[in-house]
Amino acid sequence: MTPILEVIDLKKHFPGVKAVDGVSFSIEPGICFGLLGPNGAGKTTTIEIIEGILKPDSGKILYRNEKRGRTFKEEVGIQFQNTELPHYLTVFETLKLYRTLYTRKAKLDWIIEVCHLADILDRDNRKVSGGQKQRLLLAIALTNDPELIILDEPTTGLDPQARRHLWDIVNGIKQSGRTIILTTHYMEEAEILCDNIAIMDYGKIIDQDSPENLLLRYGEGATISIKSDTPEKIVSAVSSDVYTVEDTIEIHTDSLNECIQKLAHAGADLSNMTVRTPNLEDVFLKLTGHTLRS
Amino acid sequence: MLKRIWIIFVSRNREFYRDKSGFGWNIVFPFFIIIGFSIIFNQDDRTEYKIGVIGNGNNIKKEISRQYGNFRHTKFMEFIPVDNIVSGREKLVHHRIDMLIDPGQGIYWKSESSPKSYLAEKILQAANYSAEDESFITGTVEGREIPYFEWLFPGVLGMNMMFSALFGVGYTVVRDRKHGVLKRLSVTPLVPFEFLTAHIISRMFALFITTSVVYTGCSLLYGFENRGSYFSLMVVFSLGGFSMISLALIIASRSSSEEFAGGFLNLLTWPMMLLSEVWFSLEGARPWVRNIARLFPLTHLTGGVRKIMNDGATLYDIRYNVFALTAMTVIFLTLGSVLFRWRKAD
Repeated sequence: MTPILEVIDLKKHFPGVKAVDGVSFSIEPGICFGLLGPNGAGKTTTIEIIEGILKPDSGKILYRNEKRGRTFKEEVGIQFQNTELPHYLTVFETLKLYRTLYTRKAKLDWIIEVCHLADILDRDNRKVSGGQKQRLLLAIALTNDPELIILDEPTTGLDPQARRHLWDIVNGIKQSGRTIILTTHYMEEAEILCDNIAIMDYGKIIDQDSPENLLLRYGEGATISIKSDTPEKIVSAVSSDVYTVEDTIEIHTDSLNECIQKLAHAGADLSNMTVRTPNLEDVFLKLTGHTLRS
Repeated sequence: MLKRIWIIFVSRNREFYRDKSGFGWNIVFPFFIIIGFSIIFNQDDRTEYKIGVIGNGNNIKKEISRQYGNFRHTKFMEFIPVDNIVSGREKLVHHRIDMLIDPGQGIYWKSESSPKSYLAEKILQAANYSAEDESFITGTVEGREIPYFEWLFPGVLGMNMMFSALFGVGYTVVRDRKHGVLKRLSVTPLVPFEFLTAHIISRMFALFITTSVVYTGCSLLYGFENRGSYFSLMVVFSLGGFSMISLALIIASRSSSEEFAGGFLNLLTWPMMLLSEVWFSLEGARPWVRNIARLFPLTHLTGGVRKIMNDGATLYDIRYNVFALTAMTVIFLTLGSVLFRWRKAD
């Protein structure tokens, strides 16, 4: 199948920083593709180059196997990480404004329904909540009935409830067969929404695959969490990968029983110990040596 | 293309009239200026010079009684009783009065550093003048004199247009760039030409509405007349508006700092306000001051409108102003369009 978007050896340097350093990936139509990485990994720069906002130093971007032409703006829906909405307009007027800018148009009723905006249509843009604003920004990205939708950290700053609400909406859009590119630093978001994930750090893609395959490849064994005040000599008794994550020590091990026995034998306080199967956060930790939140 | 220009135009207009404080200020501000200045400058008993007088005026030295009597009858003078020489001199030193006079002693005091004190002295000296000494023949100005507010009115209208155009467009575009509104628009099929055209038309529309309201309101309040044609007036106002908006687009072309834009706009508006003959004529000012003033669109707008309204001039009569405004519009608009960027610099 011809990829809807292909990024080939993309590079972008800012003074003193290699923001994007030879990034390549291709996206099949109809999937949700995730760019996962911490702040400063180069996700937004990559996305802004794709959107045409930034010019790359080198590299190619192909849309439907061709260079992006004039029609690209007509066919792509974009939601930025931080955007202020036009002042003194209602939600409905804002949707109408952006919809009129395109030749290609989605039905307003469909946008309003999909993004759950019916209750706030007459509300001034400045008076909507954080979650409502993100839904409106997503709705704006849909006004041209796009084939490809680019969402740059759409849930950053939202409370857990608003975040889950937005995930439901994005899942709904995905079901309609549209292709989505999503950047995020929430591993849970990537796991729930994405069919394919590229893990980015320091401007490079470290690995790319489906969440399931990434977990299979890097997520063997289990992760033990113990108190961060555990003495170092106890922790060093285990011959596994050890990381300090916020206020806990995380030990990634392929031999759970043996690891727990060693800790107990060394005198570790295991009363608050937790054991869990690895997730994408652990995969990222294993690949980069630091957490997504760091 | 037209649909895109139209929707941006409509959105900008909504923003303009829904911002009630800004909209109200655009309408009310010129009224305040006109009313205030017409009250100040049209009062018959308004004061130009303040003269402190020691004593109650009953005991006037004989040698100066005629001169002092004439002096007291001079118009635009206010004579203020002063208790004694010490307090009188104190007032003179602090320029609270322009001259101190003691008619009982036949002495006056003046301030060497005050131009008004100098002129008050000249008036006192001239009060001794008699009709027999006359060497000039007195002539009178023919025709209807132009009241001060009629002279002031075109300047105030022009100044209001200047503030509305420069701050209304310049500041708004910079703010929208700073907050990413322009960045969001840049990824739609909207092109800078459509965006800038919509902004210009929208602001021209706003200027037309506010100027019409203020013109009609002041006309009803003061009953003044436009001695020229309304068509000529519309042409000059339109060119003036276009040139100011185009100037605003240069300022707004790249910056994303509201502080910088605000400072720069003040830097532009203050010299224009002072040197474009809004408040006073530059007749007799130094040539370099007049040359600088000619570079400002407000000078040509005010000058053109004043000649039409006050003197009944035609567009041909004010062709120099019309040409200057047209040239400025073309230059500013070209520069503003070439320099325009959707986003702030990386």
